[in-house]
Amino acid sequence: MTTVTDHTDDGHHGPEKGLMRWIKTTNHKDIGSLYLWFAFVMLLIGGAMAMVIRMELFQPGMQLSEPQFFNQMTTMHGLIMVFGAVMPAFVGLGNWLIPMMIGAPDMALPRMNNWSFWILPFAGGILLSTFFMEGGAPAFGWTFYAPLSTTFAPDSTDFFIFAVHLLGFSSIMGAINIIATVLNMRAPEMKLMDMPLFVWTWLITSFLLIGAMPVLAGAVTMMLTDRNFGTAFFDATGGGDPVLFQHIFWFFGHPEVYIMILPAFGVVSHIIPTFARKPLFGYSSMVYASASIAFLSYIVWGHHMFSTGMPVAGELYFMYATMLIAVPTGVKVFNWVSTMWRGSMTFETPMLWAISFVFLFTIGGFSGLMLGIVPADIQYQDTYFVVAHFHYVLVTGALWAIIAATFYWLPKWTGKMYNETLAKVHFWWAVISVNVLFFPQHFLGLAGMPRRIPDYSLQFADFNMISSIGGFAFGASFILFTYILIDCIRNGKPADARPWEGAKGLEWTLEPKAQYHSFNIPPTKVLIEQESQNS
Amino acid sequence: MSKLMSRLGGLIVMVSANAFAEYGFNMTKGVSSVARDIYGLHMMVFWICVAIALIVFSVMIYSLIVHRKSQGVVAANFHESTKAELLWTGIPIIILVLMAIPASSVLIDLEDTSKAQMTIKITGHQWKWQYDYPKEGISFISNLKQGSKDVIYSGNRHKNYLLEVDNNLVLPVDTPIRFLITSNDVIHSWWVPDFGVKQDANPGFINDAWVQIDEIGIYRGQCTELCGKDHGFMPIVVDVVSKADYAKWVSKQQAAKAVTLAKSSKTWGEEELISLGQKVYNTSCASCHGITGKGIPGVFPALKGSPIATGDIKKHISIVLHGKTGTAMAGYKNMLGDSDIAAVITFERTAFGNQMGDLIQPAQIKAAR
Ligand code: HEC
Ligand code: HEM
Ligand SMILES: [Cu+2]
Ligand SMILES: [Cu+2]
Repeated sequence: MTTVTDHTDDGHHGPEKGLMRWIKTTNHKDIGSLYLWFAFVMLLIGGAMAMVIRMELFQPGMQLSEPQFFNQMTTMHGLIMVFGAVMPAFVGLGNWLIPMMIGAPDMALPRMNNWSFWILPFAGGILLSTFFMEGGAPAFGWTFYAPLSTTFAPDSTDFFIFAVHLLGFSSIMGAINIIATVLNMRAPEMKLMDMPLFVWTWLITSFLLIGAMPVLAGAVTMMLTDRNFGTAFFDATGGGDPVLFQHIFWFFGHPEVYIMILPAFGVVSHIIPTFARKPLFGYSSMVYASASIAFLSYIVWGHHMFSTGMPVAGELYFMYATMLIAVPTGVKVFNWVSTMWRGSMTFETPMLWAISFVFLFTIGGFSGLMLGIVPADIQYQDTYFVVAHFHYVLVTGALWAIIAATFYWLPKWTGKMYNETLAKVHFWWAVISVNVLFFPQHFLGLAGMPRRIPDYSLQFADFNMISSIGGFAFGASFILFTYILIDCIRNGKPADARPWEGAKGLEWTLEPKAQYHSFNIPPTKVLIEQESQNS
Repeated sequence: MSKLMSRLGGLIVMVSANAFAEYGFNMTKGVSSVARDIYGLHMMVFWICVAIALIVFSVMIYSLIVHRKSQGVVAANFHESTKAELLWTGIPIIILVLMAIPASSVLIDLEDTSKAQMTIKITGHQWKWQYDYPKEGISFISNLKQGSKDVIYSGNRHKNYLLEVDNNLVLPVDTPIRFLITSNDVIHSWWVPDFGVKQDANPGFINDAWVQIDEIGIYRGQCTELCGKDHGFMPIVVDVVSKADYAKWVSKQQAAKAVTLAKSSKTWGEEELISLGQKVYNTSCASCHGITGKGIPGVFPALKGSPIATGDIKKHISIVLHGKTGTAMAGYKNMLGDSDIAAVITFERTAFGNQMGDLIQPAQIKAAR
C-alpha cells in the first residue's frame, strides 16, 4: 500500500438513499437495524403460530386444526423463534453496539456483514415456503429427531435442510466478524478487562457459535445423505443408530441455548448498574462465570437424553456436569443482586425489564436444576414441565433482555425518547400475562401432560385454558409494543446524548442519535477508563 | 358457547382449594418404590429451590424497596468482595453435592433390572402399542379406544377421554417386571407416571426398564416422544390385577387365540369379510390412509383408486404383509391375524369406489406369509 487514503471526512457523507441503501449497506448500524427488524417480523410470525397452538389447546378436542398441521405449527414456531427471532436479534444488538462500545468505526469485515444478514431473509423464506409444498412444513419438532425427519418425513424436508445450512452460514460469518472486530478493532488503549460485559459475553458466544453451528450443519448433512443418497447414519436397518442423531443434535443444541442467553446476561449487566447508579459488582467474576458456562455447555448435552437408554455411568456423568452449571449461573444472579444492594435505584422501563429478568430467569434456572436430577427428569422429560422451563429461560430470559436492550439503547439508535408511561403499561401487561401463560404449564407437566400434543384429556382442561388466556393477552401486548416503537421513531421527543443518569459506556459519549460513522478517531485512554464497567 | 361458559365457570370454581385437589398439579407419588423415590427426590429438590429462592428474592425485594433514589439513598461504591464470591461459589457446591448423593442412589436402583421375574416386550408403532408376553405366548395391539376417536372433533368428551384403549396391558401386582422396549418405525416413548417408568422405544434397539407395582388398579400413560401425526393419540392403559386374576386372564387369552386360529381356516362370505375388514381398517389403517381412503397428499398415499389397491392382488397382499422398507408403511405380518388381513384387503378393494370385487380368504394370506 503506497497510497494513504484519507478517512477523516467519512463522518460527513451520509448513507445512500432509498432501497439500495439497505441492500448495499456495509454500515454496522444499518445492518444492526436490518437484523433487528428481521427478528421483529419473525417474532410476530412465530408468535402468530403460538397463538394458533394456544387456540387449539384452549379446550379439549380438535377445534381448528388437524394433528399434522398442529405439529407443523409447534415445529415452525420453535424453529422461527430460535433461529429467526432470538438469534438474529442478538446479532443485531451486537452489530449496533459492539463497535460503539469498543471505540471502533465499524465491524472488521463489513462486506461479509452485509452478506451474513442478507442470507437470512432467503433462509427464512425457504423455510416458510415449505408450508405451500406437498407434504407441508416440517412437523417433526424443532429438534427434528431421526428417523421421523429422515425416512418418515415428506420431500419438503430437503428445503428445511437447505434453510438450516443457510442459517448456519449466516451465524458462523456473524460470529467470525464479531471475534475479528473485538480482537482487532478495539480502541488501542482498551484492555480486554476494560471491555463492557455485553462485548465480553458476545465474544464468548461467538466461540460457541463457531464450535456449535458446524455440528448442526453436519447433522443436517447426514440427514440429507440418509434421505437421498442411501447412507444409513441414523437408520438401524442399515447399521446406523437413531440415537446418534440426538447426540449430534444436542452437542449443537446445548451450546445453542447458551448462545441465546449469554448476550442476555451481558445486556442485563449494563442495565442494572445504570439504574442502581452503582458499578457492576464483581466484573471479573462475571467474565469468568460466562467463560465457564460456555465451557460447561459443551459437555452436558446428554441431559436432554436421559430417557434414551443411556448407560448408568453416562447418566451420572451428565447429571453431575449439569448440576455444576448452576454454580457460575448462581454467581451471576448473586452479582446482579449485589449490584442493586445499596444502590440508588430508579425504575425506568429498561430497569423494570432487567429486574423481572433476574426474577423470572432464576425461576427457569431452578426448574433447570430440577430437570438435571436424572431420576426426576424421567418424570419431567417431554412434558409441559419442560415447555414451562424453556419458556422461562427463553421468553422471560432471552426475549426479556432483547426488549430491555431495545428500550435502553433506543434513544441512542433514534436520538429520541419513547413514551415512558405507555412503555410501563406495556411492561406490566407483558409481565403479568407471561406468567399466566407459562406458570400453569409447570402444573400441567407434573400432572402428566406430554408436550407436542394437539389434544388432551379432561383433567388438563383448566390449566390449559388459563395458559391460553395468558397467551392471548401476552400476544396482544406486542401490538402495544409495536405502537410504542413506531411512536418513538416518528414522534419521540429528542433524547440527551446520555439519557440515563447512571449510564456508563463509550456509546453514550456519541451524539444523541449516534452518528452514521462513529469513532473514526479512537477514544482516549482517559475516556475509556472513565467509561469502563471495571472500575 | 354454553360449553365454553361452563368451562369458564369451572375456572372460577377451581380457585377454591378443595376443587384444586381434583386437578393434579404435582407429580404423582405413584405405586412403585421407584416412583415413590422419584417423588421424594422431586420434592426435596423443589423445597431446596424454594428455600434458595426465598433468600435471594427477599434480599432483592428488600433492596428494591429500600435502596431507591426516591428514598434519598446515595449509592454506595463497593463493587468487589473476594470473600462474598468464594462464599456464594462454595455454598452452592455443597448443596449440589448433598442433592447428588440421593439422586445417584435412586438412579442406580432404577436402572438395575436384574431382579425381574417376568418380561413384557413393548413395541411402538405409528400410533399404537404392541404388547408381547414371550413366555405365555400372548401378543396383542393396543389402540386408542373408538369411543375416544369418535369425539375428537365434536361431541361430549367423557372421563378418560384419550386415555383409554381397546386392549389393556394386564400385569400382576407385587411382581418385579422387566419391560423390553423397542419400536418398529420412529422413536416413541413409553411412559406410565404412576410406575415411574419412561423409556424411549428406539427402532432397531432394545431398551429396558423395570417396575414392581404395589397396588391393584388401572394406570394410564401416554407416548412422550413426538412420533408423527397421531403422537397425541397413543395412550397406555395398564390393568394391574391380583396374581390369581392374572393367571386366569392368561389362560383366557390362550383359549381365545385358539378360537381365532380356527376361524382363519374356514371360508368366509363377502359380508363377513367386508364388515370385519372395515373394522380392522378403521383401527389399523385409517390413521394414515384416512377414513375415506384419501390419505394425506405428500405424506400418506390415497388408497382410493391407488394402483396397488386396484391392481395385482399379489402386490396388495405383499405390501400389507411385509410393508415397504424406508416408508411409514409397516408390515402387518406380526400385528394382524390371517382373517384380519384377508378382511382388510377385501375391504380396501371394495370400498372408496375401488370396486374390484375380489374376495380374499384367510387361507390365501396364510399361504403368502
Ligand atoms: C403409519 C402410517 C400407515 C399406516 C398405519 C398404514 N399405512 Fe399403508 N401406506 C403408508 C405409506 C406411507 C405408504 C406408501 C409407501 C410407498 O411409498 O410406496 C402406504 C402404502 C400402502 C399401500 C399401497 C398403496 C399404493 O397403491 O401405493 C397399501 C395397499 C396399504 N398401504 C395398505 C395399508 C393397510 C391395509 C393398512 C392397515 C392394515 C395400512 N396400509 C396402514 C402408510 C401407512
Ligand atoms: C407468544 C409467546 C409464546 C407462546 C404463547 C408460546 C407457546 C408455545 C407452545 C404452546 C409450544 C408448544 C409446546 C409443545 O407442544 O411442546 C411452544 C413450543 C416452543 N416454543 Fe414457544 N411460545 C411463545 C414464545 C416463544 C419464544 C419467544 C421462543 C424462543 C425464544 C419460543 C420457543 C419455543 C420452542 C423452542 C418450542 C419447542 C418447539 C418444539 O416442540 O419443537 N417460544 N411454544
Ligand atoms: Cu441442554
Ligand atoms: Cu409419540
